[in-house]
Amino acid sequence: MHRLFLRDIGTVVLPLAVLFAVLPYFYDNGLLLLNFVVFLVLAQGLNLTYGFSGYLPFGYVGFFGAGAYGFSMMMTLASAPPLLAVLGGGVAALLVGLLLTPLLRLQGAYFGLASLAASEALLHLIGNPSLQDLTGGPYGVRLNTPYAPQSTYVLAIVILVLTMGLVAWLRHSRFGLQLQAARDNSLAASMAGIDIVFGRLVVWLASAVAAGLIGAVFAWRASTFFPDAVFDINFSIFAIVFTLFGGAGTLLGPVLGVMLLYGLYNAIGVSAPQYFQLGFGLLIVVLVLFFPEGLAAIPRRWARHG
Amino acid sequence: MLAYALATGVIFGLYFALVGVGMNLVFGVMRIVNLAHGDFIMLGAFGAFWLFRGLGLPPPVVVVLCFATLFLAGLPLYYLLVPRLFRAREPEMLSLILFFGLSQVIEAVVAMLFGNNERSIPSRLLGGGPVPIMGQTVPFAWVYAGGVSLVMLAGVYVYLYRTRLGRQTRAIMAQREEAVAIGIDIHRISAIAFGVGSGLAAVAGVFAPFMLGSFTPSIGVSLDLTSFAVIVIGSLGNPLGTLLGGLIFGVSLMLMRTYLSSFADLLPNLVLIGVLLVKPTGLLGRRVRNA
Repeated sequence: MHRLFLRDIGTVVLPLAVLFAVLPYFYDNGLLLLNFVVFLVLAQGLNLTYGFSGYLPFGYVGFFGAGAYGFSMMMTLASAPPLLAVLGGGVAALLVGLLLTPLLRLQGAYFGLASLAASEALLHLIGNPSLQDLTGGPYGVRLNTPYAPQSTYVLAIVILVLTMGLVAWLRHSRFGLQLQAARDNSLAASMAGIDIVFGRLVVWLASAVAAGLIGAVFAWRASTFFPDAVFDINFSIFAIVFTLFGGAGTLLGPVLGVMLLYGLYNAIGVSAPQYFQLGFGLLIVVLVLFFPEGLAAIPRRWARHG
Repeated sequence: MLAYALATGVIFGLYFALVGVGMNLVFGVMRIVNLAHGDFIMLGAFGAFWLFRGLGLPPPVVVVLCFATLFLAGLPLYYLLVPRLFRAREPEMLSLILFFGLSQVIEAVVAMLFGNNERSIPSRLLGGGPVPIMGQTVPFAWVYAGGVSLVMLAGVYVYLYRTRLGRQTRAIMAQREEAVAIGIDIHRISAIAFGVGSGLAAVAGVFAPFMLGSFTPSIGVSLDLTSFAVIVIGSLGNPLGTLLGGLIFGVSLMLMRTYLSSFADLLPNLVLIGVLLVKPTGLLGRRVRNA
């Protein structure tokens, strides 16, 4: 194992996991803690594909919803045990990801909006009244899963560790460095013999699976939900802004983004949603115009000038 | 039934072309995706609600006022956001996020000032009785909106192809660097195009209550997807291709509503993905991708 990879695991991933593991002993809003972990996974999952291949999927929430529905359909139609059904959620997201691989031929805004359209199409398909027997249609899902706040929380932390481990590995491994080269200059990278298509495909599917697994955990914990709730475009937007705010392609950046912004959201967003929306919108504008590389780039910028 | 679906499809197609044409003009000139476009449409709908339903001004006056207001608002907005955006590494991709942020700001401010209630305007207020078409009738408001759309699209044609300003605008669309090199004031021309695009969105918004039903401050995102689908079918960056895209979109939407109504919501999304995968440059497009 690479030394830098182990350093990232030891200084960022494990301390974060330990922090979230002991937090329930000091703070008793378990659902809020779970939501933090859910957004950490979504931000890092998006970081896998945006940070390392440059593809920005506006429809990232599609994988989250696919995971939630993969889980609930395994439970209702196949009566699977919950753990197996969570894996089923990951598989469902993987299949959707495979189905959407042709979108990777598109570039820039085309890709972003096509993936958003794909996630909307999936929502309209799953929420369609004529599929009510299969998915519950627009009337949502009611599961009879055992309420297991501890298992779902631990499972979410495990998924977070795996996702962040993958990000840390991509930052330092040969494969990850090839990807970063391809992101920065695809022509030069392919001239150097790097298999760009394969690399992009791997991070795309990995980020799909991460969102699918955490979507399944979310569905387990919620046990009752409507299609609109798990395909809410705000999941995509939050994940994108959290990642961008901290710095895409870094390990610590998305963590900072989630901690600060999702914390802010819970402080004012729930009681005064319109003030939060206003502040959030202004923040996005300022971020893109003045700090397009995120918080993580600020020390680097100082170092350059200093 | 088929003939009726086709006829209403053409009317809606003209209207959808108007919905998309402003976004396409902005993309063509600046290569940015204006995700606040749907919110400009929403502002136009509010304009119609107050000026037409509230004050009772005649519709043509409402159209001119809404166009002028959003045109004038678009100019400073351009100078505030776009030149700085172009200094970033990937302006096209970041424009999605930047204008999404702007759309959040507009939505929040409108919701704070006027509340989240659904608003509507009864279409009989536009006057005229039901218009007979193909053995059935359509509301006069639809025909009116289709007619105004056609006039606005003709206006875009005149602006782009019959004026000096339009020739400079098309020069920037074709070759940005060379346009700079021959001394075209890029920012002035682009700011005007941005203003015109915003104004066209507002005009589409004036008729949104009649064509799309009741509206709230948050209708923007779904209108963005519809606009994007329309202009991708026609081809991104070719404002007049939007007319073709709108017609195809309108006719297929009406056919879906007639024969397969429960899946009609899927249509814009599937059309968008389908066209992007089969012919990403749109039906009238030149090649723009380079990898």
